[in-house]
Amino acid sequence: MAVGKVLTGNYAVAEAVRLSRAQVISAYPITPQTTIIERLARFVETGQLKAKFVRVESEHSAMAACIGASAAGARVFTATSSHGLLYMSEMVWWAGMGRYPMVMAVVTRAIAPPWSIWSEHNDALAHRDCGWIIYFAEDNQEALDYVIQAYRVTEDERVLQPVMVTLDAFILSHTYAPVFMPEQSDVDSYLPPPGSRKLPYRLDVDNPVTHGNLMYPDRLMEFRYQIQRAMNNAKQVIVEAGRKYGRISGRYYESLIETYKCSDANTAIISIGSSAGDAKDAVDFLRNEGYKIGFIKLRVIRPFPVEELREICSGMKVVGVVDRNVSYGLGGIIHGEVKTSLKGVKTTVQSFIAGLGGRDIRVEDFIQVGKTICEMADKGLEEQPPIWVNLKREVIP
Amino acid sequence: MSVEKIPLTPYSKPSEGSAGPTGVWRIFKPVIDQSKCIHCLLCWLYCPEGTIRRVGDDRMKVEVDYQYCKGCGICANECPVKAIEMVLEE
Amino acid sequence: MVTVRDLPLEEYWLPGNASCPGCPASLGLRMLTKALGNRFILVVPACCSTIIQGPYPKTAANFPILNIAFAASAAAAAGVAGALEFQGKSDIPVVVWAGDGGTADIGIQALSGVAERGDNIIYICYDNEAYMNTGIQRSGATPYGAWTTTTWTGKKEFKKDVPMIMAAHNIPYVATACVSYPIDFVQKIQKASKMKGTKYIHLLAPCPPGWRFPSSKTIEVGRLAVQTGTWVLFEIEYGVFKLTGPSRALIDKSKRKPIREYLKLQDRFARMSDEDVEKLQKFIDSQWEHYKLLMETSKGMK
Repeated sequence: MAVGKVLTGNYAVAEAVRLSRAQVISAYPITPQTTIIERLARFVETGQLKAKFVRVESEHSAMAACIGASAAGARVFTATSSHGLLYMSEMVWWAGMGRYPMVMAVVTRAIAPPWSIWSEHNDALAHRDCGWIIYFAEDNQEALDYVIQAYRVTEDERVLQPVMVTLDAFILSHTYAPVFMPEQSDVDSYLPPPGSRKLPYRLDVDNPVTHGNLMYPDRLMEFRYQIQRAMNNAKQVIVEAGRKYGRISGRYYESLIETYKCSDANTAIISIGSSAGDAKDAVDFLRNEGYKIGFIKLRVIRPFPVEELREICSGMKVVGVVDRNVSYGLGGIIHGEVKTSLKGVKTTVQSFIAGLGGRDIRVEDFIQVGKTICEMADKGLEEQPPIWVNLKREVIP
Repeated sequence: MSVEKIPLTPYSKPSEGSAGPTGVWRIFKPVIDQSKCIHCLLCWLYCPEGTIRRVGDDRMKVEVDYQYCKGCGICANECPVKAIEMVLEE
Repeated sequence: MVTVRDLPLEEYWLPGNASCPGCPASLGLRMLTKALGNRFILVVPACCSTIIQGPYPKTAANFPILNIAFAASAAAAAGVAGALEFQGKSDIPVVVWAGDGGTADIGIQALSGVAERGDNIIYICYDNEAYMNTGIQRSGATPYGAWTTTTWTGKKEFKKDVPMIMAAHNIPYVATACVSYPIDFVQKIQKASKMKGTKYIHLLAPCPPGWRFPSSKTIEVGRLAVQTGTWVLFEIEYGVFKLTGPSRALIDKSKRKPIREYLKLQDRFARMSDEDVEKLQKFIDSQWEHYKLLMETSKGMK
């Protein structure tokens, strides 16, 4: 039977890695990821996890070591955040383009300057193009559940792309909450035996191949096509993995999105990450007040759930996307991607920017967002310029 | 006509002539005077390409693989008895 | 005592690859396979040796290669070694084959990390003394006075001493080698492969287009590097310093040929003034004094 423990998001991730029997772990500390690798180092040194821990001197080397280990066929894990992710960026691309299966936890944190250790999504979203599958956890339970599912997805022969599981800085990473962990024997039956994967073409003296040498323009495009196709395949694989996970845990993840009170809604709030909980509270409050509003959480943003969104939003007049990020010079990243996905669907997509640098996105803020989009729906208003939530305009010169 | 499929990830397989028949790069080609050769094997040792082959029953005779020899001239330069001459290609 | 005839006949670094005629990296790789056969895994960062493998779908290597990003080779090799250890295959050596750029400059951080942790790899730097793959730009390993496309009037700084940097990490084995002395190189690789921990070999690789000499002179140039004392063959085994091969006799300065004999063969030194040559000679002489001291005082770690 499942074991329940009170864990921080970081410790939940560490437990998931232990249950998944990762074989090579290579990571460099950075706030607020540090406690993941501290816990894993303790597991390895006390024999609770049989793994090789390479205590590298930088994040770039961490990802390089993970690629080397994955190329040799091992099950691999690393974790990072913000500047660490940006420092290893070159190698994150290498893992994606080289199709090296692995799982990485990213504790999403603001990018400097100025220094900030609190939650923001630009770091992870800056890597949405490089062939990594990206999950966004709402709570500590999802953080644990997604890491285990991630191993199944990454090693699936229809996918063979690395997977990132994100969790918000401090809100999840350092906050204790009850988490249920499946039995080791259940995870062992859910995942293939670690190190058993034959693809893709591990480094093997009995079958020598060269990984990644020069390729002329006459062939490279076909390899990139295979990556894009794998990302499309991943949608089905993610859903299957989520469904099968339900059988060992009781928690079923059968879609790339989660919908809350959407069936008769004509407006909806859309967001990713930990703020989902507060958004649902706001929806409950607004429903009590008579608003026909729902909430959509994107569990996975790569591959992007285009079809699911088109289906759920088709009856809605206005959706409000709350971005904890900005693509400077354009706008909220998820807003742009939702809008592109809904092309042709008669839904107005309104952008809200909130929570940058870890500023709390409160239930009141979501209530305001909800009321705004409902007003837009009632009055048939067009999309307005992005609304920066809880911004102290008075201090800006 | 069946088309050769690409692998799932970018990897390559071992092959001689990975850059083609590199013998066509030559301007000069090494010609071994077997009567002068003392079988020291230094030409075989120093050839960067591995295109000096050791042949014969005892594998002590040397000959040039002209398909891939790039004509660098190291063998001629290093031969202690000057048994190798670099001859202009026609 | 290993001789030419003891070297295996099989060629695992295949001919018809993309290297320049007379390429020391190609010769070096051939020698690596004479030392280890085809039972090793090679990790290659961005450098000439990436390209000389030839383009997809073929490779000149009849052994596994992981090509990796420029700064990442040491760390990637540590990852491969970690996986092999897990699989019970630690008898298969993991070897990095990196240029001087990927070792002395952009790759030095990862290399230092590996050495400090003692990850079980053999790291071989084949040093052609510039960023050759991108067209002969200066690196930290470019010697004083050398022309490159970013030092048109000759490099004003001296060569970074990477072997000594590696020795300061107290790893079990540090050695220098030269393509002109292939048996010495093969023996050092084989010795390293029998040790646990981080092993470092720095191979001088005279490059015809980069150093500006005819392709037939690669071995001759390398030989003169050693005979003039410009390049010293040594090994530091568990902290004990020892000269090897012809370098042993050259502790006596009178036995060293004057460095002009080495410089005059290479057009990259053509614009050096007499003053510059004097400076370089003094620098090399002072390095020899240091080696003398090391020979007398290194007591070792065993």
